[in-house]
Amino acid sequence: MSQHPSLTFRLDPQSGLAPYRQLVDQVRHAVSSGLLRDGDQLPSVRDVVTQITINPNTVHRAYRELEHQGIAEGRAGLGTFITLHLSVAPDAAEHGIFEHAVHDLVINARRAGLNEETIRELMRNALRQNGNVRS
Amino acid sequence: MLEAVNLGKRYRRTWGLQDCTLKIPKGRVAALVGPNGSGKSTLLRMGAGLQEPSAGTLRVLGQSPSPGTNDLRERVGYLDQDRPLYKSFRVAEMLRFGEMNNPTWNMDAAKNHLALLDIPLRSRVGNLSGGQQAQVALTLCLAKQPELLLLDEPAAALDPVAREDLLRLLMRQVADSESSVVLSTHALSDVAAICDYVVVLAHARVVLSNDTEYIVETHRILSIVDDSDLVPPPGITVINEQQSARGRSLLVRVELPFNDERWRVDRPTLEEIVMAYLREGSPHRDGRHVGEIESGAR
Repeated sequence: MSQHPSLTFRLDPQSGLAPYRQLVDQVRHAVSSGLLRDGDQLPSVRDVVTQITINPNTVHRAYRELEHQGIAEGRAGLGTFITLHLSVAPDAAEHGIFEHAVHDLVINARRAGLNEETIRELMRNALRQNGNVRS
Repeated sequence: MLEAVNLGKRYRRTWGLQDCTLKIPKGRVAALVGPNGSGKSTLLRMGAGLQEPSAGTLRVLGQSPSPGTNDLRERVGYLDQDRPLYKSFRVAEMLRFGEMNNPTWNMDAAKNHLALLDIPLRSRVGNLSGGQQAQVALTLCLAKQPELLLLDEPAAALDPVAREDLLRLLMRQVADSESSVVLSTHALSDVAAICDYVVVLAHARVVLSNDTEYIVETHRILSIVDDSDLVPPPGITVINEQQSARGRSLLVRVELPFNDERWRVDRPTLEEIVMAYLREGSPHRDGRHVGEIESGAR
């Protein structure tokens, strides 16, 4: 397990996100923050199962999803590795940045005393006003 | 892997399980959830060939289980909720006993499990804590290397650390040997953490049975902040409704995308969904259904 000390998975039962999605998001965050780099190996399914109480099928599922997104690659008999092809890397990194930005926005809005419905309303308005903008 | 069609079990004049139709695919970790007496233990015991069905059919790993099916005996590991162990035996003696009775016994794996958990082989079973006894019972069950594990409340009455150790031991086995698991539990947090298939039982009947992912995708919480009698649009099944001073909140099943500005739509957690089905099943208790064998224990 000392091979990949940088990545420790956590599961939040209250998040409402499927466990496999939570793992996918955590790997994406680790990639966008630079904690995981091209060629780094993800913990083996067995290591994850030893680290947190989770169904191995869920870990397989998350790794498959990361492969599908072009962020990771399974190598037969070796494990799953981060692969940031040039065409994919900026997109993946950008996604992470926006996710962080929205996260921060929600935290700040809550601190300012806005309730969930108001935050949703603000988001809806912003999306509506910018609905036709394409780059 | 485990397939029931109109399966029923009758105890004298009452049904322990009725009209049970479900199909749990291979490789899953499936949870049986439901109040005591809802049929969980009955289903597991029939799966292990310890009880005969009174109606319908049951197939386990492609065969119908019965006390005489020797092949299934080796391929299926059943753990009773009473965790029957010989209390005066030492742990090592329990292991040898298991080895003599099971051709597929993996002694190394069993010893490794116990070493990981700091359970000495010299200890007498009766002197171990409840948590350690549960670990030993599960270790014996896993050492058979069964293709299917049927576990009746394997983590009941354990402290949080022992419970987590036990669940991880189980998940390691699933990772290593790709065993399928069907376990009964009252702990919905465990279900969310380790199960990818859920069967909810109420009054000896199946009220929900599917992939957890599908279940989560097809349920929503609809809420509305006034006291109007607005009815949800067609295509939506209300599972459970809660009233508050300021409005109503419905947990619903939606088969199609739902879009109606008047309702606020939230995604429930798996725990909330299962709880809604359990609540829906609970108010009509009328005593017609017998308690499971399990209720005799407490």
